[in-house]
Amino acid sequence: MKADPRGVLTGTHFIDGDHACCEGALAAGARFAAGYPITPSTEVVERFASRVPTVGGTFIQMEDELAASITLQGAVWGGAKAFTVTSGPGFSLMMEHIGYAAMTETPCVFVDVQRGGPSTGLPTLPAQADMMQARWGSHGDYEIIALCPNSPQECFDLTIKAFNLAEEFRVPVMFMMDEVVGHMTEKVVIPSADQIEVVPRKHTRKSIEEYLPYGTNGDMVPEMAHAGEGYKFHVTGLTHDERGYPNMTPQTQDKLVKRLQNKVRAAADRVCLFEEDRLDGADVVVVSYGITSRVAQRAIDLARDRGLKVGKLRLITAWPFADKKIADLASSVKAFIVPELNLGQMVREVERAAGGKAKTVAVPHAGGGVHNPDEILRAIVEATRC
Amino acid sequence: MLNVIDDTVNPVEPFLRTDRMPHIWCPGCGIGTTVNSFARALIDSNVDLQTLALVSGIGCTGRVAGYVKLDSFHTTHGRAIPFATGLKLANPKLNVVVYSGDGDLSAIGGNHLIHAARRNIDLKVICVNNLIYAMTGGQTAPTTPGHATTSTNPYGTFEPAFNLPHLVEAAGAVYVARWTTFHVRQLARSISEAFQKKGFSFIEVISPCPTLYQRRNKMGDGLDTMKYYKEKSKVKNGAPTNEVGLTLNGEVAVGKFVDRDRPDYQSMMRAQYVESLGDRYIEEPEMECVCE
Repeated sequence: MKADPRGVLTGTHFIDGDHACCEGALAAGARFAAGYPITPSTEVVERFASRVPTVGGTFIQMEDELAASITLQGAVWGGAKAFTVTSGPGFSLMMEHIGYAAMTETPCVFVDVQRGGPSTGLPTLPAQADMMQARWGSHGDYEIIALCPNSPQECFDLTIKAFNLAEEFRVPVMFMMDEVVGHMTEKVVIPSADQIEVVPRKHTRKSIEEYLPYGTNGDMVPEMAHAGEGYKFHVTGLTHDERGYPNMTPQTQDKLVKRLQNKVRAAADRVCLFEEDRLDGADVVVVSYGITSRVAQRAIDLARDRGLKVGKLRLITAWPFADKKIADLASSVKAFIVPELNLGQMVREVERAAGGKAKTVAVPHAGGGVHNPDEILRAIVEATRC
Repeated sequence: MLNVIDDTVNPVEPFLRTDRMPHIWCPGCGIGTTVNSFARALIDSNVDLQTLALVSGIGCTGRVAGYVKLDSFHTTHGRAIPFATGLKLANPKLNVVVYSGDGDLSAIGGNHLIHAARRNIDLKVICVNNLIYAMTGGQTAPTTPGHATTSTNPYGTFEPAFNLPHLVEAAGAVYVARWTTFHVRQLARSISEAFQKKGFSFIEVISPCPTLYQRRNKMGDGLDTMKYYKEKSKVKNGAPTNEVGLTLNGEVAVGKFVDRDRPDYQSMMRAQYVESLGDRYIEEPEMECVCE
């Protein structure tokens, strides 16, 4: 369906990534946010708090991130599209409820504007060190989707995408920004509402008698109902059957948890987004994401000036990971160069997907700034020599 | 053999998911009794069941959400109140009840309890207080009275306990009552009254845990506890809440302690936005953008 025009601030703007993310959420139909202040993410909800009373919706500042991350889920079951916004320390506190959203299949978006860690770390200088936490941070087996914008424009566009994916798969979607992308001001073009495609909630059309809250129709994503509609359904974080009733058996666990994983895994090729450039005939491919992809671009340009055959693969979805793409490339390239603002996270995925067919070179950076393009260039040059 | 045809229906049955019975609660446990009073309050107060949602946290009382035939949410440990807050704010037409235990609401969820009371979110909170962490085996709770024996204070507790009515009154609750599971009618009446209040209502129900609390403290079984409640509880409507703290084997002050009015969160939010934004304020959350 098309976006609700009330939430869409059509026009050309000069805004930062945090503000663009907020506009993306409003355009996607988010009418509820719960937050707790933490730099460098707070601007998202500050803008939301200012905008939402004139659009029809609610912002509430909760007492902590534990509360914010579950309050938004109450709002989802009350019929809203909802999200929260945080940075590393708050993201750590939200892990419990990312698990709850995964288990109860509550569509929602968690925005993490990453800063250096661990713990309080670097308030507030950039990092990309929450990438594995986004995937594995809550206990148990589950699947999420994570997106990594690299510009304010993408903070707008991909926030809409994040809400759409959350609704389509009924999963929590992690929106993995970083401090630089969040605070960088650039041109952001917001189209008119009729040009914005919004995925509606997968709301059941079944009668109260027929409705099975966690029953599926082959596509592995159950239909949802909202509180107050008469369905009298039950939602629990316990292992549950198709009725939503707790059921503590290995059989129910196996069926439920596998479905929670497979509903995303089966669609991984379709969900997976990346930007590629000159991969054909490349000797070396630079794999990057977020702000690092823009620094890497400089290194790639310098390498090409020297006549080196360097391709670019920019991850737009971090999770599900671009396994297939990396595996395909691994048989034709010498090496993958993976710069990231952490000491080696997504590089492990590249190495795994490459399966030993191509060399994988990490270009780590502990965060607090971005790479010097020369560091990446050096890694490229070295890799083309072997 | 005598054939007895029993065609009587338990009046609370329509409120229960009978397909989930038998429940997990122990013999002599008081939680089922509180659910019975809750159901009777629903009958008495004519609450629209379609717009009634119930939210629980984790623990023995947390299982209530699974047994009531309502839109019901069994959330994470301590977070029933913030979940309920989101539910209520997204759909103000809902009547939202939080039904959980003392450990869930006042220990791990203590921060949310006081802030929801401060904001005066329109929630009805029923706190079943069995003075212990029961589901996990009888550990000390913030409500365990001094000198009681628990699995984590095997030589007796020595930390001071929370007096929950005092806590929530200080934080801003508009309605505060306490009963025991002996006071089934008074409890039902209090729940009905809470449905008439707009704002943060808190009803504490002192309830036995014969398996873990009564046994370890040599207080007998469920029936002995009823006798104790009968003998030792004293109705003190309007009592200053700083005087209603509980002691081991001591008097149990019961009654309605607080009944006052102040604007609830959504009324204050609306008033503020109208004052600041005038016509630009769009009051109703717009949910047409969610479903096709």
